[in-house]
Amino acid sequence: MNLMMSIARSPAVLALVAVLALAGCSSKRTLPNSPGELGLGGSGAVPGSQQDLTLNVGDRIFFDTDSAAIRPDSATTLDRQAQWLKKYPDKSVTIEGHADERGTREYNLALGARRAAATRSYLISKGISSNRIKTISYGKERPVAVCDDISCWSQNRRAVTVVSGVGS
Amino acid sequence: MLWLTSTRHSCFEGNSLSTMPTALLPTPIAVLSGFLLRSLVIICGLAATALPASALVEIDINQGNVEPLPMAVTDFVSEDDLGPKISGVIADDLRRSGLFAPIQKAAFIQKISNPDLAPRFEDWRVINAQALVVGRVSKEADGRLRAEFRLWDTFAGEQLIGQQFFTQPENWRRVAHIIADAIYEELTGERGYFDTRVVFVSETGPRNERQKQLAIMDQDGANLRFLTQGNDLVLTPRFSPSRQEVTYMSFADGEPRVYLLQLETGQREIVGNFPGMTFSPRFSPDGQKVIMSLQQGGNANIYTMDLRTRATTRLTDTAAIDTSPSYSPDGNRIVFESDRGGRQQLYVMNADGSNQQRISFGDGSYSTPVWSPRGDLIAFTKQSGGKFSIGVMRPDGSGERILTTGFHNEGPTWSPNGRVIMFFRQPAGASGPQLYSIDLTGYNEQRVETPNYGSDPAWSPLLK
Repeated sequence: MNLMMSIARSPAVLALVAVLALAGCSSKRTLPNSPGELGLGGSGAVPGSQQDLTLNVGDRIFFDTDSAAIRPDSATTLDRQAQWLKKYPDKSVTIEGHADERGTREYNLALGARRAAATRSYLISKGISSNRIKTISYGKERPVAVCDDISCWSQNRRAVTVVSGVGS
Repeated sequence: MLWLTSTRHSCFEGNSLSTMPTALLPTPIAVLSGFLLRSLVIICGLAATALPASALVEIDINQGNVEPLPMAVTDFVSEDDLGPKISGVIADDLRRSGLFAPIQKAAFIQKISNPDLAPRFEDWRVINAQALVVGRVSKEADGRLRAEFRLWDTFAGEQLIGQQFFTQPENWRRVAHIIADAIYEELTGERGYFDTRVVFVSETGPRNERQKQLAIMDQDGANLRFLTQGNDLVLTPRFSPSRQEVTYMSFADGEPRVYLLQLETGQREIVGNFPGMTFSPRFSPDGQKVIMSLQQGGNANIYTMDLRTRATTRLTDTAAIDTSPSYSPDGNRIVFESDRGGRQQLYVMNADGSNQQRISFGDGSYSTPVWSPRGDLIAFTKQSGGKFSIGVMRPDGSGERILTTGFHNEGPTWSPNGRVIMFFRQPAGASGPQLYSIDLTGYNEQRVETPNYGSDPAWSPLLK
């Protein structure tokens, strides 16, 4: 146990784990659904694609512990997302709300939903039609960073905007 | 000393036991090894050689850290290895309860070759075996298994129990648990909990790509069976108190909803037709309702759905997260958690939603309350100082006691006799959660072995 904890707390291992986690996440997120998204590559994102949103706008915002308040840095990201959504009016999105692992399961499901709802409300307040934005919460079930300190927890307290195709 | 001179003059069949009053009555469980079992076990009384009017062996299990009672569980006599296997399961059940200390067989002086005869009590007293279990396992002409046992008080020289059971051979573990329950009940005065099952979430894969499956097993980890394939994220399974059914939450089809799953048929259905995420389900004590949370925007409120009429009722209405509802065993009250006051705290309300009162006031936050089947306590998860603890308090919020504290302990569930709490523990580091049990007194913490990682345990009730 002590050995494992000391390994897990070593910065080098943490960095590796985080990179792997993010790589696993991004490959999962950009591959599915639309054939138009398959043109992977850093600069050549297809306009209006998930990759375009992720690379050029920012697909996620982060939250403070046990909070669903939109932080100033997050508001900047969401402002860009709102502009992007106005540029691609045929796109709809799903906001995925998440919590870190330092909470109990049921509450974190609701907390993730509260974060997704706050994100959705912000985008609506910036002029995006409510019927273009769905939400879902994964609670603490889908961490992207797996370590046992704040460097990971702060990455996991997030709302991720996922392009889901043509708006309803 | 005759085995079959029944003092109770009757044998009870497993599928017609609903009117029988004692805790010994076996309950037919249809999911064992995937077979639908009828007439699972028949119990007959066995002759007592003397009435245990002044039994010396007695355990007061309300005293906290009791010294386990030294006892001897001898190999049950049989022509094959089934006798020792059954007595081994009995000894393991009793040992894991923390209340009994089965003595190593190497210390035994008398070899029991005929359990019909009174043992040489002195041989057992000298190794300090205060209770002695003997038995025999044999096959009936019709292929059924016959298991007989006697429990002796070695210091009083009296038989405390003598019973025999008839069942199909594949139910041998179940018979062992029923016998262990009978011994536990005789020596403690409390109902047993060994003939029970646990439904939980089995987890595999790395922490950021966890695959979760519903699984069911006997309380000792045997007879594990998976109930879902692992394609969908599944959480928080709970047993029905009255049917072979669990309620749980699933992300099937990308819509997080509360489901019902029939254990015999595998049939599943969504509970209700709600406009948003439903989660944190639990049955009412009569099994007729599911109580759960419905997410609406940033708020979660508590609803019930009547499983017969499909009528839904809203019980809370706050701009907050109200979740983890759990009924009192009489069905009159509900404990739940809410962050309406800022942090998660425990509240109790009447079953109709009236009279909502906060009951937790300690440092930190409180969540996942579960009402004890005895009604006297509420178990919870407490977060304080960066630690996660499992604790209990009375329904009025008094008498808080922490049973275990660490990096992450969560999700208590009660044994049906209200003496033992199971929960899951996530250690720091790359590994996953494991199931543990702990006595209500805070002693006798035990790992509950599962083949994979395990979380969200729910103990089955004693079926009526």
